[in-house]
Amino acid sequence: MGRIEIDETRCKGCGLCTTACHLKLISLSKELNVLGFTPAVTTNREKCTGCALCAELCPDVAISVFKDK
Amino acid sequence: MQQVFKRPVSLKDVQTHFCPGCNHGTIHRLVAEAMDEFGVRERTIGVASVGCSVFLYGYFDVDVVEAPHGRAAAVATGVKRARPDSFVFTYQGDGDLAAIGTAEIIHAANRGEDITVIFVNNTTYGMTGGQMAPTTLVGQKTSTSPYGREHAKDGSPIRMAELLAQLGGVAFSARVAVNTSRNLMDAKKQIKKAFRYQVEGKGFSFIEALSTCPTAWGVTPIQANERVGRELIEYFPLGIFKDTADWNPQSSPTAPVEQPGALPFPEFMHEI
Ligand SMILES: Cc1ncc(C[n+]2csc(CCOP(=O)(O)OP(=O)(O)O)c2C)c(N)n1
Ligand code: SF4
Ligand code: SF4
Repeated sequence: MGRIEIDETRCKGCGLCTTACHLKLISLSKELNVLGFTPAVTTNREKCTGCALCAELCPDVAISVFKDK
Repeated sequence: MQQVFKRPVSLKDVQTHFCPGCNHGTIHRLVAEAMDEFGVRERTIGVASVGCSVFLYGYFDVDVVEAPHGRAAAVATGVKRARPDSFVFTYQGDGDLAAIGTAEIIHAANRGEDITVIFVNNTTYGMTGGQMAPTTLVGQKTSTSPYGREHAKDGSPIRMAELLAQLGGVAFSARVAVNTSRNLMDAKKQIKKAFRYQVEGKGFSFIEALSTCPTAWGVTPIQANERVGRELIEYFPLGIFKDTADWNPQSSPTAPVEQPGALPFPEFMHEI
């Protein structure tokens, strides 16, 4: 079991995390954030494994990852 | 739940000015992670260059000297010699290191200065609007090669990691990419290895990190990362070109290149 937290105020909507997640749990929002970008949002959160591949690929360190140890 | 991924301590918690998806941010993070791992933050002096990474001092929680365009390796030489106990790294783009700064990097490398160089190759001058760099691929369109780089007129792109590996003073030289999870994991390893060289006083270490410039390339960040895999890696292969600490005489690929003795005076020169 895992969980990610996306810092919406830092996300520039580049979309690289959406390609990193093998389970395709991340997509871009249709709403703009304070920076004027469409930030990443998660769907089907309960499926997240906490692999952290999305966070690794994020150039803005906007994703924190938590996992059951 | 336990946090398994967080911002490295050496990277300040601030918004960067990089364009969306620019790999500079990712490479900054990997360098900061290596700083954390070796615990060198307190004694690190970074040398920033001119280019999109010019605001290094605002992003890394270390002391930073700003070098004039291309001169980072020369500035780092002075810093390291004046403060031999410090950990000194430069962070330079391809316009900076492989064009205006070619002399500085070659001689710092050849002298074997005990510094670590992070060379970010995005095949263009990002900051100034995407002009052709010595690393621009043949056929690549830029603002100064609108019909694509021509081999006959502009030559071939310079492979810095291979070029520097030939110099006697270089202890470690590798090329990495951060465009996919797999490449990024390897990049982490090689950057830490480059750090280890300096931490253990083993000489000049060089990392060429293939990067993107979605803005100047005129593509989306996802397409830019794909281009690294499709076009850049084909011409700029990933790998270790020199690794003197692990050197094993039986495995030739990492063996230090033989230094030729004095070359004979060319025949034709006698006639002049
Ligand atoms: C002496 C001098 N010449 C030219 C410039 C203009 N200039 C600023 S950044 C740059 C190139 C930066 O390209 P690169 O090193 O590839 O870094 P990037 O922006 O792509 O990360 C140039 C030519 C300058 N600042 N100083
Ligand atoms: S941590 Fe792994 S599984 Fe969870 S959203 Fe990120 S990439 Fe997907
Ligand atoms: S111009 Fe290019 S290199 Fe500079 S921050 Fe933007 S994407 Fe990155």
